[in-house]
Amino acid sequence: MSTIDARFRSTLGSFELDAEFSLPSRGVSALFGASGSGKTTLLRLIAGLMRAPGSLTVNGEVWQDERTFIPTHRRALGYVFQEASLFPHLSVRGNLEYGWKRVPVAERRIAFDDVVDWLGLGALLKQAPQQLSGGQRQRVAIGRALLASPRLLLMDEPLSALDSNSRAEILPYLERLHRQLALPIIYVSHALEEVARLADTLLLIDAGKITYQGPLVDGLTRLDLPLAHRDTAGTVIDTTVVSHDPAFQITHVARGNISFELPGLHGAPGEPLRVRIAARDVSLALDMPSQSSILNLLPARITELTDDAPGQVLVQMKLEDSVLLARITRKSAHALNLQPGMRVVAQVKSVAVA
Amino acid sequence: MTLSASDISAITLTLQLAAVTTLLLMLIATPLAWWLTHTQTRWRAAVTALVALPLVLPPTVLGFYLLVLLGPKGMIGQWMQQMGLDTLPFTFGGLVVGSIVFSLPFAVQPITNAFAAIGARPLEVAATLRASVWDRFWSVAVPLARPGFITAAVLAFAHTVGEFGVVLMLGGNIPGETRVLSVAIYDHVEALEYTQAHLLSAGLLVFSFVVLLMLGRHSGQWQRVPA
Repeated sequence: MSTIDARFRSTLGSFELDAEFSLPSRGVSALFGASGSGKTTLLRLIAGLMRAPGSLTVNGEVWQDERTFIPTHRRALGYVFQEASLFPHLSVRGNLEYGWKRVPVAERRIAFDDVVDWLGLGALLKQAPQQLSGGQRQRVAIGRALLASPRLLLMDEPLSALDSNSRAEILPYLERLHRQLALPIIYVSHALEEVARLADTLLLIDAGKITYQGPLVDGLTRLDLPLAHRDTAGTVIDTTVVSHDPAFQITHVARGNISFELPGLHGAPGEPLRVRIAARDVSLALDMPSQSSILNLLPARITELTDDAPGQVLVQMKLEDSVLLARITRKSAHALNLQPGMRVVAQVKSVAVA
Repeated sequence: MTLSASDISAITLTLQLAAVTTLLLMLIATPLAWWLTHTQTRWRAAVTALVALPLVLPPTVLGFYLLVLLGPKGMIGQWMQQMGLDTLPFTFGGLVVGSIVFSLPFAVQPITNAFAAIGARPLEVAATLRASVWDRFWSVAVPLARPGFITAAVLAFAHTVGEFGVVLMLGGNIPGETRVLSVAIYDHVEALEYTQAHLLSAGLLVFSFVVLLMLGRHSGQWQRVPA
């Protein structure tokens, strides 16, 4: 069931935008594309901060069509900008309360104290924005947006202005946001790692056009799409933590009948864990090797092959309901006579937490 | 060495004029500055130049045209008479009108600069947080432009206190009605009463210095820590 239906068509200067998409009612939809591809423009059009001919329906409410244009302040949305953009004349509390006070009590969907606790802002409430670190500021900005009780949260590269420490500080909050709130989020990014970690749905945008919309894994692994051909191409698999092996510092995770072992101790048993497997870390064998240093040897079925970089072949496989990519040399593919439909053993050299 | 009754009345009148002018100027300059900041019309440059005219025109020229315009044969003067009102020249009201025109750039420019310095982002943020245009203006633009408002008010007040040319052309020299401080000083000098002229001039000098000093100290406090 899609709750966000959008179509925009316009020429803005030399830039031509022709975007049509539908998004589900919950989960994170990543809007991914190169800089200048129109990601931010699209987000601003959804927020009503910019205007272009088109239509937009959110949760059955028409925000824009030929006759209607609901101004931004009457759209139940939250917007997190690239820079935190806190109001410098208000304290942290004043910033958090800004949107909160403007939502009628009956329409509030989230409690002030919950947001403060959840984002760890209690100690900061009396401070001025100028006294905060970059990561703290962005946390306040996220809290401020959530307290406006949005029915759609728009995030415009909220991590890109931060250093890697602050980014690592914010990411877990974004993951929790995603798990705990039944709130659709459109997350603009040009960082594939962020997208792989956070998104459920992927929208690829290129030169103002949506080139793919659908599940994240398909977007990452479909051989006719550009992401699978990137150097960092790979897949993600949503697994559940099964157990830990403290002696070897190994975490066992599983999805259906497929289990993986990954180095390091992550999560608690029963917790969800998204893992990422890069195409270059997967090699193929026709038989199960009896002795190998590789921990993850998984029976898979080839679904598609295509030429990649010169001399290389990209192999897409099915692993129960998961998809796996392997980047191997054309020579190996030829030697093993790999064909769609063949059963192979995927030797996964490295599984990482997404 | 004391102030005469007529000098005191000139001081009081000057302060009244400056206060009324400043108050009205803020009401006029704020929407004008907001418009100048956000409009995209090609008239913007022309309006900006028009507002800045009093900066370069001799006050006597300004006063002269106001006198013509507001007088019984002027466009505004005739209209006022038709409405059953007295014409403005040689009244306190006339001085207020003259002072507003004279000090307009001193009020409009700091506020325009302050609005422009805010940029679009804080107002966009406020819009995404459910604030209407009016709400955004009061809750974001005005507090963030506060230094600009203070500068504008202080400059307008001080500039009005020191006004001479427009007053003389438009208001004349009616004690208790239009005889302001600068005119009183002029009268004293004409009558060779240098002591009284000194007293008032020195007072004005000190006043102006203190105002500028406070303005300078204030603008150093832009990064105000909120309560």
